[in-house]
Amino acid sequence: MVDKTQDKIIELVNINRTFEDGVVAVDNFNFYVRRGEFVTFLGPSGCGKTTTLRMIAGFDKPTSGQILLNGKDISNLPPNQRPINTVFQRYALFPHLNVYENIAFGLKLKKYKVTYQDEKGKQFTKIEKLSKKEISAKVEKVLKMVDLEGFEKRGVATLSGGQQQRVAIARALVNEPEILLLDEPLGALDLKMRKDMQLELKEMHKKLGITFIYVTHDQEEALTMSDTILVMKDGIIQQIGTPTDIYNEPKNSFVANFIGESNIFSGTMVGEKKARFIGSTFDCVDDFPKNEKVDIVVRPEDVVLLDEDKGQVKGKIISSIFKGVHYEMVMKVGKTEVVIQSTVERKVGESVSINIAPDNIHVMAKEFSSNKYDGYITKKNTVCFGDGEFECDVTKLYPGSILDEEGYLITAEGEKIDLTDVDVDVEVGLKDIEISDDADLGGAIGNIVSIIYKGDHYQLIVRTDENEEDFVLDTEDTWNENDRVSVIIPKEKIKISLKQEIKR
Amino acid sequence: MKKFLSFLYVIIVLAFVYVPILILVFYSFSSGKTTGNFEVFSFKWYSKLGEIKDVVLNTVVLAVVSSAIATILGTLGAIGIFYSKGKFGKTVNGISQIPVVNSEVVTACALVMLFMALGFAHRSMFGVYVGHVILTTPFVVLSVMPKLKQMDGSLYEAALDLGATPTQALFKVILPEILPGILSGFMLAITLSLDDYIITATLSPLSFDTISTAVYKSIALTTEKASEKIPIYRALTTIIFLLTVLVVILNASVKKRNRKGEVK
Repeated sequence: MVDKTQDKIIELVNINRTFEDGVVAVDNFNFYVRRGEFVTFLGPSGCGKTTTLRMIAGFDKPTSGQILLNGKDISNLPPNQRPINTVFQRYALFPHLNVYENIAFGLKLKKYKVTYQDEKGKQFTKIEKLSKKEISAKVEKVLKMVDLEGFEKRGVATLSGGQQQRVAIARALVNEPEILLLDEPLGALDLKMRKDMQLELKEMHKKLGITFIYVTHDQEEALTMSDTILVMKDGIIQQIGTPTDIYNEPKNSFVANFIGESNIFSGTMVGEKKARFIGSTFDCVDDFPKNEKVDIVVRPEDVVLLDEDKGQVKGKIISSIFKGVHYEMVMKVGKTEVVIQSTVERKVGESVSINIAPDNIHVMAKEFSSNKYDGYITKKNTVCFGDGEFECDVTKLYPGSILDEEGYLITAEGEKIDLTDVDVDVEVGLKDIEISDDADLGGAIGNIVSIIYKGDHYQLIVRTDENEEDFVLDTEDTWNENDRVSVIIPKEKIKISLKQEIKR
Repeated sequence: MKKFLSFLYVIIVLAFVYVPILILVFYSFSSGKTTGNFEVFSFKWYSKLGEIKDVVLNTVVLAVVSSAIATILGTLGAIGIFYSKGKFGKTVNGISQIPVVNSEVVTACALVMLFMALGFAHRSMFGVYVGHVILTTPFVVLSVMPKLKQMDGSLYEAALDLGATPTQALFKVILPEILPGILSGFMLAITLSLDDYIITATLSPLSFDTISTAVYKSIALTTEKASEKIPIYRALTTIIFLLTVLVVILNASVKKRNRKGEVK
């Protein structure tokens, strides 16, 4: 029996999914969904959101971990035995069946246990199917709900995208599932239609009280529809929270950047609830240890634009674009750009100043302060790490050591050491990495997978092909995502240290 | 002039293809045994078709039964290959297509050797059926595969999602969806089996004849008795040819109607 007091309808416990080719699609997921909730999995493509949905539906099995439905483990239950229905990304309507037959498909297969009493008062159960009449009543009802009355006999190929979408929703809902899964269901519709369907889905959710789990990469869609949003990236949950929480209190710069527009600045904590960024010290509400490097998020609409002498930070407007409801302006402070949204326009070139209220300054722990790798020294006294080979100064491993002509290291005590294949820890600062279009220049080659603007510079992640090693770097140059670049690190900027003393 | 030449060229090509058949059709109405001189117009050979009834029946039964088996095997095989992932699936798909280009003689000889190695008689009804199934199955796979590829990949999952067991999903969703491919695979298999000479001649019991082996025997054995039946095959060939023409015309008109239906 379902425990009514138990609020969690579905719970994922330590779920991992590693594909056959070694790609980790879902990395140690732990979360639950409350009965009747509208939950959205939000993230860029390849973040694991669809894989998670498929595991809940039963099309994919977790490599490890448990999926609990009403407290019972369903990880190994086939999809046809789960009280869960799916609206597929491209609808997956059966082309050889008409609208009515598509919707009735699940109902015709359904079997119920019905308990009867015979004349002697003895009870017996019979497994029965729904009668034609019952099926047709249910189909009529659900068709009415999605506004498709009179479409019963139509072939699904003759319907428009929006109508097919409605049939797909009706086909899932008619089975009265406990959970409805929606895999980017509005992706194929045009903007206007999408907006209408968003509201309609939200309305349906309210009316039916069924738990909805929705997958999308569209942040606006997620904010509009959800009770709870789960932001994912690279198979890892970044943040779980209400739309307001996620928008106002993003946990890291990825979330801040993914949800809505934001200014992300590099800053330092200079005192109790005092952060210094864009050349000024601001009061804030978040507490971090003094001197810690932090990322600071300020939404463009939270920046208060004032006359030159009235605000805390002075700057010059360098661009202004009319966006309908507001103007989007960029103010330059030193080398840093601040994006501002305001209903009052300031002309380009005008000197202005800004204020930011303490509760509009969101301080986050800095994600990366340096790149760390496992590496080893080669015969040529270079170091291999991050899918590449780089020149380095091996004499740093032993203070006071020198290299002889044959490439052996002579320590300060005069000992001769062969460093070939010695394991080392490698550390490279974010500012010490350069990238170039010229593939031959650098020690490793990869694609730019992420670009986050941090006010006066971009933070890029270059990922190599072979082992998907990441190089995180700060640069002032403009690059594009998916650019193929080589990674250059000057010899003196590579910090190496021995993993263990070498046996001599 | 140029236009005339290209027209002439087409006529010549068509003549090469059709004149032999038309000669045969023409002489099937001659009362004489030999071609070359048309004696009297008669349906004599058509009335004697009953004499080769067994051979026709053998051919048709062999074709229909072996093609039916090949269609079942080929369809299930194609579905299996389609849903097997990674390197294994690719390899099996590749291997399954080799018999399409492989020479029939190789298949026939290989089967003879296999049957002997297993201690079976090398000529048997069982053998000839196995041979025809092996000959035609890859073609069924070949014609079902594109239909599977065209199919929306999530249909199967959608069926499971709505409560169907894998078997129900197969029969209620996948098979109806790829039915055109299965039917054309079946037709292809029948055509191949009807035509086949090498496998039938190598594997069938000596007393068993299909049209192709019977025609060959009556030409090769120059005995009076054997050659007596040759003119009857003229009549049979004429009938088969007319049937083929009819099927082609029907097929074309059905397609035309379908195309009109789509435009609407």
